[in-house]
Amino acid sequence: MAVLNKPPVTGAGRFNGVLTWVDQRFPLVRMWNEQLAQYYAPKNFNFWYYFGSLALLVLVIQITSGIFLTMNYKPDAASAFASVEYIMRDVPGGWFIRYVHSTGASMFFVCVYLHMVRGLMYGSYRKPRELIWIFGVMIYLALMGEAFFGYLLPWGQMSYWGAQVIINLFGTIPFIGEPLAIWIRGDYNVSDATLNRFFALHVIALPLVLLGLVAAHLTALHEVGSSNPDGVEIYDDIDPASGHPRDGIPMHPYYTIKDLLGVAVFLIVFASIVFFTPEMGGYFLEANNFIPADPLKTPPHIAPVWYFTPFYAMLRAIPPMFQSQFPGVAVMGAATMILFLVPWLDRGRVKSIRYRGPKYKAWFTIFVISFLLLGYLGVEPTTVWGEFSKGLPIVGGDYIALWVARVLTVFYFGFFLLMPWYTANDREKPQPKRVVW
Amino acid sequence: MTAIVQDDVDEKRRRVLLIATAAAGAALGGATAVPFLASWLPSARALAAGAPVDADISRIEPGQQVTFEWRGKPVWVLRRTPEMLDQLPKHDGVLVDPQSNDSDQPAYAKNPTRSIKPEVLVAVGVCTHLGCSPTLKKEIGAASDMGADWPGGYYCPCHNSRFDLAARVFKGSPAPKNLVIPPHRYVSDALVVIGEDTKGA
Repeated sequence: MAVLNKPPVTGAGRFNGVLTWVDQRFPLVRMWNEQLAQYYAPKNFNFWYYFGSLALLVLVIQITSGIFLTMNYKPDAASAFASVEYIMRDVPGGWFIRYVHSTGASMFFVCVYLHMVRGLMYGSYRKPRELIWIFGVMIYLALMGEAFFGYLLPWGQMSYWGAQVIINLFGTIPFIGEPLAIWIRGDYNVSDATLNRFFALHVIALPLVLLGLVAAHLTALHEVGSSNPDGVEIYDDIDPASGHPRDGIPMHPYYTIKDLLGVAVFLIVFASIVFFTPEMGGYFLEANNFIPADPLKTPPHIAPVWYFTPFYAMLRAIPPMFQSQFPGVAVMGAATMILFLVPWLDRGRVKSIRYRGPKYKAWFTIFVISFLLLGYLGVEPTTVWGEFSKGLPIVGGDYIALWVARVLTVFYFGFFLLMPWYTANDREKPQPKRVVW
Repeated sequence: MTAIVQDDVDEKRRRVLLIATAAAGAALGGATAVPFLASWLPSARALAAGAPVDADISRIEPGQQVTFEWRGKPVWVLRRTPEMLDQLPKHDGVLVDPQSNDSDQPAYAKNPTRSIKPEVLVAVGVCTHLGCSPTLKKEIGAASDMGADWPGGYYCPCHNSRFDLAARVFKGSPAPKNLVIPPHRYVSDALVVIGEDTKGA
């Protein structure tokens, strides 16, 4: 046995002995130092930097509550709905576990969306952090899949018809669409076979993918180091005396303590939702989903859960072309895929919005407003803002909301596709040498 | 034992062997994926569930619609009143496909009423847009709350597609085609078999 010549562990009191024993057989000290105690992060992190660690916390909450839900849930079209009600009424604490899981799903997206806005604002995707961003977008996509598969499981009306619509999106792909949709469903309609495979994907396949991607995301992050609200590279300015960045502080204990404060505040919000308003006025759990799935009857108004609605509004905004709904589906797909390109679309000389010029700030504002408004329109029926003057007979005029959604869709894509131009010749402020705080 | 001498290594031969082994491994790995991917296709049981359905239509009153289940999908049988039938030819100009040339129906239902018997409409109640099931709005005019010029028809709540009482789509709807008419045949005036073609048609 090749015993490595490592120094014994110190500073752990009575545990020094056992930790030394472990460290000689496992890279305990090295991992601790690389990831926490000797990982130097910029000292000017602000409020926006809470959401990465909070997303990680929600992942743990979802996995834990999910494992316990599977112990009573039945992935069978005949008994799925009843088993969820059984969890809610008869299993001791079952209602709590289920509401934690349903609240966690929405809070996951809250954290991830805020985390992504942070990345866009401060240019966290810029060289050399392109791969962190790409892994992050992949996490976002996997999370959307995970949420979609999970939403079918309660087998309520919204579960059923939501899945029906989303799977039919694939059915619009030219030539291969219909066979592909049948292959995804395993039947000619959403059925028991669909429910069973979605259960498998939701509880094991995608969680494994998510964990792998999160590991890749964090590994890439700790390889190049965190960015910060000023976009200054702290590793460019190493203090020769200590060998560490002048503008950096060790992750542990400084940011672990800061993140713990975030966790405490977050859990207050989280618990308030779980205990006082678990349905969140129909945004986290939709009323129609308390009705068992009925393949013969569509509910009068169907809308996806809030975190999908911006894309859903885009889908509805695009009219059918060439007797096919595919253009709308393609636009919706492109709206998520375009995120992958952001690191290469941005030609700005500064990273952070603090030093960006007016053009970028204007476009960023338009983008955020467009995304939020599209999200609102996706929740509402297209009739929400009435129609223009009577255009076509019987069908009526075009809906105002539909045209607004079209304009907003153009703005959404404009933010990304015009980025190479408006970032290249913007009136930017000089980026400081050291972080400001 | 012979020691390997670096100079004797035939790099070219080694590369060929490496590529051949990798290709064989990839082919076998790919072949192994086939049964896994195939397991997602409809099972024998799901295929068997596609069997035809007997629909007793004798007790459907004029103006009434009954939904039957065929292949897990809703199939409507609507007994149209003479007033409903009167409306059908009046709005061809605002239909996407009034002659049903680009829509799916058996040849014997490719006619203005899209049915075998004019008064009985048999249609798959699944919107050709994204698969929701439209709602019957059978009242003519303002009573339907679909506008004063509404000639009676179907309204899809998901994305506002509109169809007439022959399941033909109105212009301006997101749905690209008319609703599907399933194969069906009459055993008698009272019994329709949904999912089976009329013989000789």
